[in-house]
Amino acid sequence: MIQARIRKSYAAGLDSAGFSLDIDFRAAAGITVLFGSSGAGKTLTLDSIAGFVRPDEGRILIDDQILFDGASGVNLAPRDRHCGYVFQNYALFPHMTLRENLEFAVERAPRLGRRRKVAEVLEKFHLTEVAGRRPYQVSGGQKQRCSIARALIGAPRVLLLDEPARGLDAPLRAEFYSVLRQVRQEFGTPMVLVTHDSEECFQLGDEMVVMREGRAVQSGTPRKVFDQPANVDVARLLGLYNLLPVEIRSLDPARNASRLRYGDFELAGPYFPGRLIGDQVWLFVRPDELSVAPSNGRPAFNQIPAKLLRTVQKPERLRLEFLGDIAVEVPGGAMDQFNGVNEWVVEFPSRDLRIL
Amino acid sequence: MRLDWFPLWLSLRVASISTALALAVGLWLAWILANRKFRAKEFLDAAITLPLVLPPTVLGYYLLVVLGRSSPIGQVYQWAFGQPLVFTWQAAVVASLFHSTPLLVKSARAAFESVDRSYERAARTLGATELRVFWRVTLPLVRRSVLAATALAFARSLGDFGVTLMIAGDIPNRTQTLSIAIFDAVEGGNGAAARVLVLVVSAIALLILTLANRLTSNPFGPRQASL
Repeated sequence: MIQARIRKSYAAGLDSAGFSLDIDFRAAAGITVLFGSSGAGKTLTLDSIAGFVRPDEGRILIDDQILFDGASGVNLAPRDRHCGYVFQNYALFPHMTLRENLEFAVERAPRLGRRRKVAEVLEKFHLTEVAGRRPYQVSGGQKQRCSIARALIGAPRVLLLDEPARGLDAPLRAEFYSVLRQVRQEFGTPMVLVTHDSEECFQLGDEMVVMREGRAVQSGTPRKVFDQPANVDVARLLGLYNLLPVEIRSLDPARNASRLRYGDFELAGPYFPGRLIGDQVWLFVRPDELSVAPSNGRPAFNQIPAKLLRTVQKPERLRLEFLGDIAVEVPGGAMDQFNGVNEWVVEFPSRDLRIL
Repeated sequence: MRLDWFPLWLSLRVASISTALALAVGLWLAWILANRKFRAKEFLDAAITLPLVLPPTVLGYYLLVVLGRSSPIGQVYQWAFGQPLVFTWQAAVVASLFHSTPLLVKSARAAFESVDRSYERAARTLGATELRVFWRVTLPLVRRSVLAATALAFARSLGDFGVTLMIAGDIPNRTQTLSIAIFDAVEGGNGAAARVLVLVVSAIALLILTLANRLTSNPFGPRQASL
């Protein structure tokens, strides 16, 4: 278990705006994803945990060991923190072979077990064949596996990963995901992964922390965060569709019902506690919760007419994107019979409407 | 014509010793300038660079004042080694050291600063001490640049004239280095000896520069391949 409360400020310079990081989060076993756009303070958080950056104040603990404590002045050097770190560029030492890279990481261990340990890890990460080669002589996937292996071979108490899948093509990315799942299963080391890719949160995250401008704005399981973003900024950060500005026209707690006005249309939704009639809010629905049909005249109850902009084929689903930032996802192949239809109606299921 | 080869051997000996010393001092200074943050950093860099731009006579004068028989350092030296430092071949080593170290520090600092920080950070997270990070990661990564800089420093030491003349003097068979011997030969009208020595110096310098150029080519393949 890692607990981090970190404060760090940078004053504005001549050519840079000031920045302040103020974050408090915990990461237990499994993968915790720090998600946010670039400049949100994700890497700074990771670097503070690893000891590359000294926070102004706060406290960082792994299990019951203090790595940093601003109040008492404790600040362990990176070498004493036992944090594995996987860098974006892998940072494999170019003048050493893959085997030497791993050996470097266990030089503090007793001589007797070193060779066996390195051989074991090379085997586990399918690197035995290329162990004698230098990093520039092996494939991207092998480099990636070697950098994870090197970070893990010394049995760190936490594994920190700084956007390791950034810029990878699809097959390498898939391979990377499967390696990390294997690591989660076999090593049980808690992992903190930094990413700005929302897909990665779903693929890997047991927990996620959404960061924005140096603050943690929401945390929870990826499912929970994507289902109910804390506010419209988080929803936008997550790249979610179907954020519609609406006005609350009526609220009926007894019948668990409400009416929302969106442009010229009125939609029925559930009761929204704590809201008032006349509130301007954002309506949010997941693309897979909406349904569509070709338009045939007047839209029916809870339907909005929409003009199709484009369709995007995803592995198992089809996304229809409409004018007005509305997107609907349907199972792949379900729309084959409607090729060429441009005018549609989108149906908003009352019970699934959420407001932010 | 009978040629005295003593100045060549003396120059090679002085250059070798001063380059070894420059390497030890220069690498340490360059590492500090590249890695540590402190207020007087750029002042220190400027002070180290000063011998590159000062006239040799000025530098020689300073050294005479600081290392002369009546100076504290000169007296300590005399007490320790039983002879004064100035006007000995060891003084020529000091002269070369001051002339070649700035060159080495400049190149080594640039080399250290060009190393991707993530390599050193990775080594630290893997439990390496700062000394081990330096010997096992940083230095091997900049090995060729440092060797090239060392070669240049050696060539520079070999060719020093002004500072050496000021503090080591021109004593035949004792402190007369190659460049001073050439000057003497020209002054004394011994054109033949001067020509031979000039050609020898030029050949050595050319050889060293070629070596330095070869060393600066990238050892780990194309740049992106080293990532």
